[in-house]
Order: sequence, then C-alpha cells, then structure tokens
Amino acid sequence: MIDLRHVSKTFRKRDEMVEAVRDISLTIAQKEIVAIIGPSGCGKSTLLNMVAGLYPPSSGSIVYKGARVSDVNTDAGYMTQKDNLLPWRTVRDNIAFPLELAGVAKPERADRADQVIKHVGLDGFAHRFPHELSGGMRKRACLARMLIYGAETALLDEPFAALDAQLKLAMHDLLLKLAAETGQTVVLVTHDLMEAVTLADRVLVCTRRPAMLALEQRIELKRPRDVLNVRFTNEFKEFYDTLWERLRVEYHEERV
Amino acid sequence: MTAPDTDASPAGLRDDVANFGAPALGSGFMVICQIVLGAGLLLLWQGASGRLIDSFFISNPIDVGTRLVGWIGDGSLFLHIWATVYATVMGFIVGAVGGVVLGIWLGVAPFTARLLNPYLNALNALPKVALAPLFVLWFGLGIESKIALAAVLVLFLVFLNTYAGVREVDQDLIDGARLMKATRVQVISKVIIPSAMSWVFAGLKISVPYALIGAVLGEMIAANRGLGYLVQFSGSQFDSAGVFAVLIVIALLAVALNFLVEIVQHRMQQWRIVGR
Repeated sequence: MIDLRHVSKTFRKRDEMVEAVRDISLTIAQKEIVAIIGPSGCGKSTLLNMVAGLYPPSSGSIVYKGARVSDVNTDAGYMTQKDNLLPWRTVRDNIAFPLELAGVAKPERADRADQVIKHVGLDGFAHRFPHELSGGMRKRACLARMLIYGAETALLDEPFAALDAQLKLAMHDLLLKLAAETGQTVVLVTHDLMEAVTLADRVLVCTRRPAMLALEQRIELKRPRDVLNVRFTNEFKEFYDTLWERLRVEYHEERV
Repeated sequence: MTAPDTDASPAGLRDDVANFGAPALGSGFMVICQIVLGAGLLLLWQGASGRLIDSFFISNPIDVGTRLVGWIGDGSLFLHIWATVYATVMGFIVGAVGGVVLGIWLGVAPFTARLLNPYLNALNALPKVALAPLFVLWFGLGIESKIALAAVLVLFLVFLNTYAGVREVDQDLIDGARLMKATRVQVISKVIIPSAMSWVFAGLKISVPYALIGAVLGEMIAANRGLGYLVQFSGSQFDSAGVFAVLIVIALLAVALNFLVEIVQHRMQQWRIVGR
C-alpha cells in the first residue's frame, strides 16, 4: 500500500548540506504495523514526514495506494511526541475538528465526538482544555481525533516518548485495540526497542544519519497481544536480542 | 512588537510590591493618603503661584477650576471632548482593522512579506507625526485628517504584533490541520488566526494610548475643535489656566480609555480568547 522507492533526502542547513535519508526502499502492506527504529536524530522522522507528504524526497518517490505522493497525504493521520491539539479548543472540539473541517453539522459532530471520547476512555473530560489534561489523556485525545476521521494510515512519530512506563503500556494497549478494530496501517517511528517489538509486525532498523535500512525483522508474535506480558515470552526475547545486536552497532559507532 | 502579557495584574505598582518592607496597609487607608497627597499638591500649587513663581507660567488651581467650570457651563468642552474621542475611536478602529488584515496577510505570504520588508521598515521608522501635513493636504482640516494620523500610529503597532503572532504559530499545528484535509482558508481561519489572537490583543491594548496621541496631535496641527486644538489655542493666547485645564481633561480621558481596555481584557479572558 505504501511504496518507498529509492527515497533520499538532503536538507540545506545554512551553507551545509545535511543528508538525512539515503536510498531507502520499502513496501508496507495494508493493515500492517511497521516500526522504524534507530538512534535519535538519524532521519527516521524525516522519512515519516515524507510519507505524510509534508515535504518531497530529494530523489526517489513515495507511492501511496498506486498514486505518487506529491502533496500532503490526507489519508494519513499524524501524531508526534508533541500532541498537536489546538490549545484554545476543548477536548471535544479538538476531537471534532476534522469533522468541522469536512463541514459536518454541529449536532452530528458532537455526537460522534462523544462516542470516540468514550471509546478511548476520556469520558468526563470532554469540556476540558488540553492544558488541563495529563500527558496520557492528551495522547488519548489525539488517538480519538485520528479515529474520528477514519485515517487509513496512522503515522506515529515517537508518540509516547514523553510518557512514563505504565502509561506507555496503557497507550500501547489502546493503540493495538484501535488498529485491530479499524484495520489501520500503522507506521511507528521510535527509539524504544521494547515498544517496537511489542507493537509491530515488522521492525526496521535504521543506521545513524544518513538513515539507511540496516536490518528488517518480522515479529511473528500472535495477535491479539497482551502488551504487559508479551515481553516476558522467549520469542519476544529472541526478536529483541537480534534487533538489539544490530542496533547496538549503530549506537556504538555513534559514540566513537 | 510586544509579547502577549500572561500576567493579568493591572498596570502600576501592585500593593504587595509597593509595600515591601513596610507593614501592610489597608487599601482604604491608601486611598485616603492618595487624596491627602493630591490636596497637598494643589495647596502647594495655589500657594506658590504668584509668590514663588509667576502665575503667568503656572496659573493656579482656582483659575484652572474656574476655566473648566466656564467651559462646562457653555457646553464647549463637551464639543471638544467629543471631537477628540470620535477621532481616537475611529482612528483606532481603522488602524486596528488595517493592522490585523495586513499582519495576517503578510504573515501567511512569506514572499510578499520579504518583498515589502525594507519598505515597511522604512515606513515604521519614520516618525508618523511627520505625515500630518500630508494628511491635512489629503483629507482637509476636518476630523478625517485626525483619524488618519491616529490610524497610522495604531496600524503599525497592531500590524507588527499581528505579524509576529502569525509567524509564531506552531508549524506542527498547521501541518496537522493540513493532514486533516483543511483547506488553506480553513488553516488561516481555524488555526492561524485563533493562535495569533493573544498577540493581536496585546497589540490592540498597547495601541489604544497611541490613538489618543494621534488624535490630539492632529488637532494641535490644524483644527478648529478638539482637545488638541483647545490646548494649542489656549497656549497661543498665553492662557496658562486654559492649558492646564485641557491637560487635566486629556489625562482623565486617557485614564478612562485605559480603564476601558482593562475591562475589555477581563472580558476576553473570561471568554478564553486571550488567556489559555
């Protein structure tokens, strides 16, 4: 469904050229959950932004459902570490925002927003403003917003990086539940290997900048996964160790 | 440009700041002290006038009061106040609308903004008062030239703040909205403008006194009514009592305007437009 063909990206930073991504080719199937992992600042976010169509690759092309991505990819929902809720809107108005943009009438917006609010466990917080919520609740609101407009693909850029371990688990659980229900394709960028193996069907290891694909590993753990306990199984440990072995090289080289 | 103030406390010294080191006093007592100080200054003024300093220069409170009562009695004062208030308010509205529109437009059109940058800088650096003769030529001696001068002072302040506010908008919020199929118009109306609102209001707030300055200055340069005209006229007649009387009226008007701004700001915060 998503095809990256020899994608490279070079930025101009003042007079210096920075190569962020080098010749990445990869295919992501519908309903697949793919995690891209690599050292911080290696260019994996750049990759995600290009899939979202926020800027074009320097060379190569990105094909989404048979059509080349040349403008913002409105089939994709996007979520970053910074939750992009509008601070002057209540939770409900934030979640209903995509419907408002699409011109849905107000009563229907409120109804549908209230449904997803309940679904992600935010009941009772509909009239709060984002700054009145905890980090975890803001993530729930973001997921609800993505849910309400039926984004086919969720592009997640270290969405849970700022959360504590317990909250992270709860969010992983919610994410897997929603992805299974909606049949969403998920591309997750992270630097948390535990998170990557827990959630993904396939984990891609990136090298440090410029990002190239170093290793591709299928995670054949059965679904639905119990996000709390899956990490204590032997299979999990094997996948984790294989990936860590490769990832460690990148971190090691970075230090030298 | 001025950053939106998050601190809602009114301008001036707050009691807890003014009183540090001293025992806390009730605000009622402070008001009494302030009245006593004012009365004392008036007495001092009355006493010094004609004895220490020639009353030709500083007049005296009784003459000033008499002049005020006379103007109130024949109604001329209200004509002048009305002319000034009208020019101030109209100038503020015209300048504010122009500044907001220009700020948003250039904020979302980076090419045009860069193109116009040196010219806008030059215009902004120009002391706007120097434009007054031009406005008299264009708009005549009537109220329009005063409105124009007030408006041009307000316009640049509001423009600079609005522009900064629009440039400050979080790019991630804009990208997010675009991914949710927002059109360009929707991005501007539902993300950029609300986000820049607190900056816009900060700009509007600081520009209110400048609207009054523009109106009064315009009246001083060429007019036949308004408080600026009255102070200029009194001065040219060597009528120091009249000058002081007008100054008092202008000061009261300025205080009233600031009070109005405080009330509006308070309302805005209740509607969650400014504070967030």
